[in-house]
Amino acid sequence: MGDLVTTSNFPNPDAVYVTLIDARRGMSEADAAALDARLVLILANHIGDLEVLRQAIGLARKTGQTNWALGE
Amino acid sequence: MADGRKAIYHYGYRRSPDQDARKPVRHPVIVVGAGPVGLTAAIDLALRGVPVVLLDDADRIGEGSRGICYSKRTLEILDRLGVGSDLVRQGVTWKLGKVYLGDDLVYSFDLLPEDGHKMPAFINLQQYYLEKALVERAREIDAVDLRWNNRVSGLDRRSDGVTLTINTPDGPYRLDAAWLIAADGARSTVRGLLGLGFEGVTFEDKFLIADVKMAADFPTERRFWFDPPFHSGQSALMHRQPDNVWRIDLQLGPDVDVDVEQKPDRVVPRLKKMLGERPFELEWVSIYRFNCRRLARFVHGRVIFAGDSAHQVSPFGARGANSGVQDAENLAWKLAAVLSGDAGEALLESYNLERIQSADENIAHSTRSTDFIAPHSPAERALRNAVLNLARRCDFARRMVNSGRLSVATIYDSPLTTPDEDFFAGSAYLGAPVPDAPVRTRSGRDGFLVEQLTGTFELMHMMNRARSNPPPGIKMTVIGEDLHDYAGLVAKRLDATPGATYLLRPDQHLCARWRAFDPEKIAAAYARALTR
Ligand SMILES: Cc1cc2nc3c(=O)[nH]c(=O)nc-3n(C[C@H](O)[C@H](O)[C@H](O)COP(=O)(O)OP(=O)(O)OC[C@H]3O[C@@H](n4cnc5c(N)ncnc54)[C@H](O)[C@@H]3O)c2cc1C
Repeated sequence: MGDLVTTSNFPNPDAVYVTLIDARRGMSEADAAALDARLVLILANHIGDLEVLRQAIGLARKTGQTNWALGE
Repeated sequence: MADGRKAIYHYGYRRSPDQDARKPVRHPVIVVGAGPVGLTAAIDLALRGVPVVLLDDADRIGEGSRGICYSKRTLEILDRLGVGSDLVRQGVTWKLGKVYLGDDLVYSFDLLPEDGHKMPAFINLQQYYLEKALVERAREIDAVDLRWNNRVSGLDRRSDGVTLTINTPDGPYRLDAAWLIAADGARSTVRGLLGLGFEGVTFEDKFLIADVKMAADFPTERRFWFDPPFHSGQSALMHRQPDNVWRIDLQLGPDVDVDVEQKPDRVVPRLKKMLGERPFELEWVSIYRFNCRRLARFVHGRVIFAGDSAHQVSPFGARGANSGVQDAENLAWKLAAVLSGDAGEALLESYNLERIQSADENIAHSTRSTDFIAPHSPAERALRNAVLNLARRCDFARRMVNSGRLSVATIYDSPLTTPDEDFFAGSAYLGAPVPDAPVRTRSGRDGFLVEQLTGTFELMHMMNRARSNPPPGIKMTVIGEDLHDYAGLVAKRLDATPGATYLLRPDQHLCARWRAFDPEKIAAAYARALTR
C-alpha cells in the first residue's frame, strides 16, 4: 500500500489543468458532474490502492472545509 | 398489507393438557414462532433428543410468499433434517444471474461453477412450500409439540428460565421454559416484552413485489435491470418459481402512495409494460420498504433470538430466511449440548458471536446492494449511474454493479476453532461448512460427503496406517474405508493427504485439521469446540 503523492507528478502542470478544463468546457453543471463521477471511478481503479484512495478522499474533504477568500 | 394474500394451508388449534394444569408446566425448550426459523430450530433440537414446544399465533401458513431463494447451505441443513431433497425436486434450480442496463447485458454471474455437490447453488420456491414441508416434518416427530393459535403475550424472566403467558381461543395459560428461542419474526413480541432496541437503517424507496402466474419461456435465471425500457429510471427483478409463477420486483422510488400502488388497476398496467400482452394472473402483490438492522446481542440469559427477530435485511441477496435457518442450526446443537451436560452455558456465547458475525456480514452486503439500487441522494445517484455507464465498457465497473450479492455461509472467526498448525490449500476453510464432494459408501452406493455427516462431532480421517480411536463423543469416518473418494474431489477440496484428519462440528463446520492423527490434539480441539 502506497502513500498519496501530493508533490507535483507532472513536468507541465498547466497542461494537466487545461486538459481537465477542456474536458468540461461548454458542459452543463449536471453533465460535468457526471463526467467527474466517471473520471473518479476510472482513476480510482487505475490507482488500484484503497489506502491511497482513502487518503485522497480525506485530503479532498479537508480542503473543501477551508473558506477560501477569493480576492479580486 | 393483507391485500392479495391468501392462506394456503390451515392447521387446527388443539387444546393442550398443559392448559388444564394448576401450575405452569415446565419444558426444557419453548420456541416462539413457526416460521422457517422456529420450525428448523424445533426439528433440529428434537432430532437431537430435546423435546420442544413450538408456539405460533396463527393457524395457517401461506399468507404471501415472501422468500423465494434458498441457498446451497440452507438446503444442506434442510437435507439433514429430512426435507432438503424433496424441496430441491419441488423447486426451480438455478445458478446464473444476469444484470442489464436498459436492454444491454452488462454483468453475469455463475453461483456454482463446479460439479460434485449434492445441493445446487440455489433453488426458488415459494416460502409457503418451505414452511409446509417443515410443518409436515415437525408433525412426524413426536418430540415437537406444535401448538397453533398460541400467541405469546407475556414473559417473566427467572434465573433458571422464563414463564410465558400464552393467549389461545380457550383463553390464556402459562408455561415455564428453561430456555426460550424467540423466532417470532421481524416484529418480535418477545423483543418488545424484553424492551430491546432494534436499530439500523430504513430505506426510503418502496418496492412493488408481485408474484405473477403465466405461461412464459423466460430463462431460469435471476434477471435484474437498471433503468429498463419497461420501467424507466428504476430497477426491476424477475425470477422463476414453480407452478408457472414468476416473482417480479419493481422499484417505485420514495414518493409513491403505498395504498394506491397496490391496487390492481395500478399494478397490472405496470406489469403489462414489462410482460407485453401475454395473459397473466396476479398471485400476490405487496409493497415493501426495506430495513437492515439487528439486536445488539442475540443471547439474553435464557432467552435466545434467531432469524428475523434478531436481524433483518433487505431481500437483495436472499439473506433473510437463509441466515435465519443457519442461526437455528448453529443454536440447536449448542443448546442440545448444554441441556445434555456435554457443555456449559458458556458455549451459547459462541452462538451470539458467530451469528452476530454472520448478521453483520449479511447486513453489510444487503445494505450495500440496497444503497446501489436505491441511492440516498442525487449525489449518490450520480456516482451509481457513473458506474452503470462505465459498466458497458469496463470490467472494473461491471464488478461494482451490485444488484444483490447472494447468500453464502459465513466463515466463522470463532473461539471454537483451533488455529491451523499446518498449511492447507483447497476450498475448505476453518470455520466454514465442509465443502461437499461425491463419495461411494461401503455398500457401493454413490452419494455425497455432506449427507453422510450425521450431525454429531465427526472426525474425518484420510486412511493410512497410523491412527487410533477418536475420543468418546466423536464419530469417525475414514475416507478410503467407510467412504470412497472415487472422484478425488474430497482430497482436492480438503487438500487431504494420507493421514490428514479433520474435526467437524455438529453443524458440519470445520473446526480443526491436522496432517496426521494425534489423539491428544484431537481431544484438545474437541474440548475447545465445546468451550470446556
Ligand atoms: C419480499 C420479500 C422477499 C424475500 N425473499 C427472501 C429470499 O429470497 N430468501 C430468503 O432467505 N429470505 C427472503 N426474505 C426474508 C424471509 O421471508 C424472512 O427472513 C423469513 O421469513 C424469516 O423467518 P422467521 O422464521 O425468522 O420469521 P417469520 O417467517 O416472520 O415467522 C415468525 C412466526 O412467528 C409467529 N409469531 C409472531 N409473533 C408471535 C407471538 N407473539 N406468539 C406466537 N407466534 C408469533 C408468526 O405468526 C410467524 O409464523 C424475503 C422477505 C420479503 C419480505
